[in-house]
Amino acid sequence: MTLDEIVAAVRAAHAGHTPLRLRGAGSKDFYGGLLAGEVLDLSGHRGIVDYEPTELYVTAKCGTPLTEIEAALAEHGQMLACEPPRFAGATLGGCVAAGLSGPRRMQAGAVRDFVLGVKLVDGRGQVLNFGGQVMKNVAGYDVSRLIAGSLGTLGVIAEATLKVLPKPVAETTLEFACAADEAVRRLNDWGAQPLPVSASFWHEGRLWLRLSGAAAAVDAAARKLGGKALADAGCIWEDIREQRHAAFVAPVLWRVALPSTAPTLAVDGLQAIEWGGALRWYAGEIDAAAIRAAASAAGGHATLYRAPESLRCRVDPFTPLPPALLALHRRLKKVFDPAGILNPGRLYAEF
Amino acid sequence: MPPMSRSVAGIQPDRATLVRRLKNILPVHCLLVEDEDLRPYECDGLTAYREMPLAVCLPENEGQVVDVLRTCHQLGVPVVARGAGTGLSGGAMPHAEGVVLSLARFNRILKVDRDSRTAVVQPGVRNLAVSEAAAPFGLYYAPDPSSQIACTLGGNVAENSGGVHCLKYGLTVHNVLRIRMVSIEGEIFEIGSGAPDAPGYDLLALCIGSEGLLGVVTEVTVKLVPKPELAQVVMASFDDVAQAGDAVAAIIAAGIIPAGLEMMDKPATAAVEPFVKAGYDLDAAAILLCESDGTPEEVAEEIARVRAVLTGCGARDLRVSQSEVERLRFWAGRKAAFPAVGRITPDYYCMDGTIPRKRLAEMLAAIAAMETKYGLRCANVFHAGDGNLHPLIMYDMSKPGDWEKAEAFGAEILELSVALGGSITGEHGVGIEKINQMCVQYATPELETFHAVKAAFDDKRLLNPEKAIPSLHRCAEYGRMHVHRGELKFPDLERF
Ligand SMILES: Cc1cc2nc3c(=O)[nH]c(=O)nc-3n(C[C@H](O)[C@H](O)[C@H](O)COP(=O)(O)OP(=O)(O)OC[C@H]3O[C@@H](n4cnc5c(N)ncnc54)[C@H](O)[C@@H]3O)c2cc1C
Ligand SMILES: Cc1cc2nc3c(=O)[nH]c(=O)nc-3n(C[C@H](O)[C@H](O)[C@H](O)COP(=O)(O)OP(=O)(O)OC[C@H]3O[C@@H](n4cnc5c(N)ncnc54)[C@H](O)[C@@H]3O)c2cc1C
Repeated sequence: MTLDEIVAAVRAAHAGHTPLRLRGAGSKDFYGGLLAGEVLDLSGHRGIVDYEPTELYVTAKCGTPLTEIEAALAEHGQMLACEPPRFAGATLGGCVAAGLSGPRRMQAGAVRDFVLGVKLVDGRGQVLNFGGQVMKNVAGYDVSRLIAGSLGTLGVIAEATLKVLPKPVAETTLEFACAADEAVRRLNDWGAQPLPVSASFWHEGRLWLRLSGAAAAVDAAARKLGGKALADAGCIWEDIREQRHAAFVAPVLWRVALPSTAPTLAVDGLQAIEWGGALRWYAGEIDAAAIRAAASAAGGHATLYRAPESLRCRVDPFTPLPPALLALHRRLKKVFDPAGILNPGRLYAEF
Repeated sequence: MPPMSRSVAGIQPDRATLVRRLKNILPVHCLLVEDEDLRPYECDGLTAYREMPLAVCLPENEGQVVDVLRTCHQLGVPVVARGAGTGLSGGAMPHAEGVVLSLARFNRILKVDRDSRTAVVQPGVRNLAVSEAAAPFGLYYAPDPSSQIACTLGGNVAENSGGVHCLKYGLTVHNVLRIRMVSIEGEIFEIGSGAPDAPGYDLLALCIGSEGLLGVVTEVTVKLVPKPELAQVVMASFDDVAQAGDAVAAIIAAGIIPAGLEMMDKPATAAVEPFVKAGYDLDAAAILLCESDGTPEEVAEEIARVRAVLTGCGARDLRVSQSEVERLRFWAGRKAAFPAVGRITPDYYCMDGTIPRKRLAEMLAAIAAMETKYGLRCANVFHAGDGNLHPLIMYDMSKPGDWEKAEAFGAEILELSVALGGSITGEHGVGIEKINQMCVQYATPELETFHAVKAAFDDKRLLNPEKAIPSLHRCAEYGRMHVHRGELKFPDLERF
């Protein structure tokens, strides 16, 4: 699939006011609002356009599988430091559009932090270039990062440039036994110290901590922290990153983002704590209003991450926005997609 | 698309009406209207561009900010927010028919929380003051512009400022978690949050670096990071500038992301040394400063690798800071580079392009040729690790024609930055200064999108008008075409 074909498809949809449902690999069909519109399959627009290891960036077309990008990076000892899952052939476009990051997020940054530029096909079918391939660029508004996490509602990401980083030289995982509250306390305490913590995960009374960096630093930190060193822990982090871990299997899954220090919410069903305490997963038939209220009282927000359709058609996937902010979102949506044809309702039912 | 007229929307009220309305909102000590009081506000750090405002408001609380903005919105009066006025692109330069809204009195640090590693501050707080307040907890705020003793968090947010440690720790956009912003209509927005991935669009990313065009920031929550146990700097001398440029790429290629990686050429070290006594090698064509931080073990390991790479790239002399005092002294020279150059020339003009690192040597050669072409000297200081150049063009404002030459010299550097695959500004912003070069970096559809984004926040275009994003009309007049990585694209000029 060529850029021209994407442009033609969007122009036709714009002219005919026909909604389009943008699809990379469809690995995230479950995520966000209910799907609407004719599928625009972007998986055929693929391939790495430009990769410069010494400039620390990779540019690829949206349909490029993350596995293909990561394989190219690995040859030069580099990685996508935000660790997006490659689940079921996930594409670069879907990764940027969903904006979901993996275990290394708190240390390395989120997907948006690594976005340097995008080639966007807006809702009128115009090709727009924002950002670029250099690390620093403050000319014009930072539209590339606005696009990250917009779930395809502002434009088709035809191409994206991400910053890449060298893989850490050494990695070790430690395991501790502790309750959820204690895990949160320890994670924040460690977080305030200069320790090479690159990921954390708590599930059913066990806390795993990944240390990454120079070999000497990882060894020194491991000695200081104690716990049980796990010989081959790579697969734990892979399972977490790909959400194959037992903590994620429930049919109804809530993703609750909180200030890392927030005490455990008065809500049942805590499955896992990630990101140094800032991300917590809850499962089960939880009252949406109750979990949203608890999250917001603690300074965070709750997303209905995965649920059967019977629930998704009743509950907004994302925490509703205050009126002034919602109005601003609608105005921005209009800027990029005046006819409202791109993934309508995928982010919020109102646009 | 909205039409892009150069004047702002609405009918201009007379100054007396405006002042009367502002007096109803602000106590006397919060409003300046006399010429002698307005004079200090006529420019920012880019002194070549000046304008006198109608009035300067110095609100003391958010309610007053809201009232000033509402009033100006009603009256159709432009508003230019202002922090410390250290900006280098004329971003805080007043509008002749508008008011300056100074956030200088918003200077309180509201909270420093060790456990969550965050601080909540007002926008008029100085950058360095945040790190000072966090220091007792072993934490600091990572983005450290060289102007950090003076510049404010509000200005940093508006410009997405960087510093020497941004290579490893990121820019303002990577270190700010939340802002509170008042729109021109006086509406208050909470953008971002203390929790990750706030719902909805990433408006935080959009507002950071928006140069005061989208709203007035009244509160900022920043991320603090633990102070590394140890930091050391390697100072390397090179006989050839191109070699130093290649060494920068080689360090990155070796898989090292130093905490800072800066370069200064001979004219820059020559200006700095007598002023700061940093101990720089004055015979070197260029010096590199490469900082490593972390645990003592980590630093020792990294420094050994850095030394090997630099030696392999032909470094003539290598020195490693042996104490914190020495480390700070090595940096002091770099941080004082602008004022130091300011001492050896009546005026200097600081550029801010970014380029791919591998084009550094090429850019330096081109700048040397431009020195001859324009008959002006240029000292070069770089955030080399991120490919961000700060050529300092020396000129004399009192000499007829000198400023025009400096401006043309600067424009040529910026346009070359774009042609080499980079950007016209890495951290200082477009402001009024680089408005013409925006026409070179972006084509019409992108510029139209920027204007439409602005209108979604400020449809009367009252906040910092005529800055940052050029009107299409202006680009047509400038007559320079959009260049996209070497290809020429023809902007759609039919409508003119
Ligand atoms: C079980 C599971 C767990 C996950 N957990 C994580 C996690 O922990 N961390 C993490 O980082 N990610 C996570 N993800 C996210 C997922 O791996 C990425 O978001 C993925 O890259 C989506 O890619 P896709 O090609 O499958 O996208 P799709 O599912 O096809 O699309 C995702 C969204 O992006 C839009 N879209 C797709 N392509 C484009 C395009 N070119 N332009 C504009 N919009 C587009 C779609 O319309 C849709 O809104 C998870 C995914 C799954 C399935
Ligand atoms: C010697 C020197 C060295 C410098 N070194 C660096 C450097 O290393 N890195 C770097 O990035 N910059 C550097 N700068 C540039 C400058 O210091 C930064 O751009 C700084 O962030 C400006 O902050 P300020 O408070 O002075 O803002 P001002 O100059 O007052 O304003 C800058 C812009 O921000 C807007 N603004 C200010 N406050 C607010 C607010 N509350 N809400 C909305 N908009 C607002 C203004 O309208 C204006 O557009 C340097 C400047 C000097 C003079």
